[in-house]
Amino acid sequence: MAGQEQQQPQSRDTEVDEDVPAAPPAPAEGQASAATQGVDDLLDEIDGVLESNAEEFVRAFVQKGGQ
Amino acid sequence: MTSAVPGRPAGPSGGLPVGGAMRVMGSETEYGIHAPSAPGANATMMSARVIQAYAQVTRQRAAGGAETRWDYTDEEPLHDARGWTLERSQADPDQLTDQPPVLDAEAVALAYGRQELEADGEDESGTLLMNMVLGNGARLYVDHAHPEYSSPEVTNPRAAVTWDAAGDLVALAAVRRLAADPDLPPVNLYKNNTDNKSVSYGSHENYLMPRTVPFGDIVRGLTPFFITRQIICGAGRVGMKQDGSRPGYQISQRADFFETEVGLETTIRRPIINTRDEPHATADKYRRLHVIIGDANLSQASNFLKFGTTAMVLSLIEAGLAPKIEVHEPVAALQSVSHDTSLKATVRLLDGRRITALDLQWIYYEAAAKHAQDTGVADAVDGDGHTHEVLERWSATLTELAGDRAAAASSVEWLAKLSLLDGYRERDGLDWGHARLGLVDLQWADIRPEKGLYYRLLARDRMQRIVDDGLIQRAVTEPPSDTRAYFRGRCVSRFGAGVVGASWDSVIFDVPGRGRLQRVPTREPLRGTEALTGGLFARHREAGPFLAELLGLPPGS
Repeated sequence: MAGQEQQQPQSRDTEVDEDVPAAPPAPAEGQASAATQGVDDLLDEIDGVLESNAEEFVRAFVQKGGQ
Repeated sequence: MTSAVPGRPAGPSGGLPVGGAMRVMGSETEYGIHAPSAPGANATMMSARVIQAYAQVTRQRAAGGAETRWDYTDEEPLHDARGWTLERSQADPDQLTDQPPVLDAEAVALAYGRQELEADGEDESGTLLMNMVLGNGARLYVDHAHPEYSSPEVTNPRAAVTWDAAGDLVALAAVRRLAADPDLPPVNLYKNNTDNKSVSYGSHENYLMPRTVPFGDIVRGLTPFFITRQIICGAGRVGMKQDGSRPGYQISQRADFFETEVGLETTIRRPIINTRDEPHATADKYRRLHVIIGDANLSQASNFLKFGTTAMVLSLIEAGLAPKIEVHEPVAALQSVSHDTSLKATVRLLDGRRITALDLQWIYYEAAAKHAQDTGVADAVDGDGHTHEVLERWSATLTELAGDRAAAASSVEWLAKLSLLDGYRERDGLDWGHARLGLVDLQWADIRPEKGLYYRLLARDRMQRIVDDGLIQRAVTEPPSDTRAYFRGRCVSRFGAGVVGASWDSVIFDVPGRGRLQRVPTREPLRGTEALTGGLFARHREAGPFLAELLGLPPGS
């Protein structure tokens, strides 16, 4: 239920308050906020995906100007 | 009788529901481009190859070639929204975007030096395709030294996310095509905004507004919002200062590259509010607000909020209801918000108060929610079908940012990236200056799902999906149904061979049997929809009879 809980914004100097609609429920999170063992798994996977030689790869990424 | 001609002005009741998150909008993404096996390869040339590669992909898909040239007739990059026009002689060459860039070997050499051209290793004399209009209504082209995808016009934030993400699939298709070509070096594309060596390239948003709204109101209403909206839609960046020389992590990719409050430029002295005034539509009715301050988003939830909340703030400004807030020294405030991932820092208002970015966002949220409720568009059942969701996600995200950052990390892009980086920092004891963290930041934005770290998190459901993969895939080829992009996209994919040019507000036909080119203006963004022109496309397979009915010409003359 924690995800359903809505906090009203705290301490602001603003005059509007009465007409603020009740805060809607938060969207479902799925398994999005996974626990720590998930993080270790994830890092292991990403270790295998990262380009080799980080320093050289990052140094070589040089862009021309843009907007 | 309803005419199908897309150029005809809409009636007074022909618009979208006002007061909430619906309006005509679109995105532009300039991709970072890199060929690891060919360092020093010319970026403009590589970008042209990306366009070329996608042209090959679409040629396979559509008989006759779903590609067409850009029509530059109505480009006005030097018109300033404050009411004047910059003289061409005063303009930076980068601002002259109304001239077709003919890229030949000489031009490349002039711009970047003969050696770079030769470093490319082949003779590229002759011109390259620099510009395409796609069957989904988008534009794919070379902008400066980057490939850029400009989405078709859509009417709501969910569609903005969909057709923006479709652009990432377009870019991916081009990358795959190049990777399969044994004669060319593979090219990587990154949906980010800086190389961390003092260069930034943009992700822009466009919003249609009535011209009657004074530009000063837009500047006053938007500036405090733009200083703080990065906390919900920043993409996160490893490195501080333009050249990334100070180690650290900040909320926005772009914040350190902004140097002024209001201005016409987009490549130098970047302004928080950009005044470029090219409406690409009936100029006395509309302005196109060109927003250059956003980060490119891979997170769908962040992208949704970027478009949805901004559209709602514009509705507030149009109604004269924007919060009356003025931030002291906006550029410094923008950067101090970006540099504070604790979200505890305060910005100073002109009235002397100090408030946090979260507080400032809540003030905008409350004003937007009240206005949307008063106009009826926010209702979950009887509203406009979009505003309710924007408000729901906006308040949920602000609440999570204050109390449950782990939950927010599944939607807020800078937090998702930060939690991955923190994982590395903890496991391997890395400080912010370590190259591996810089690589995680860069590779976060690789558009290939097997290499891009955002996509690795998405695959594990650690990032929220708010648009189905199938809908994004469909948007690669299908235009939105409810804007003039429908007409443009359908013309390109149906009559590719007979369409010689197109732009935001025109489609140009060259049809056998007609003496001259036929330019069909599409200056009303909400005309040319499927509802208005779908029947016309259903009745005609050939461009000649299609045009004859559309323009009321004698058939076959």
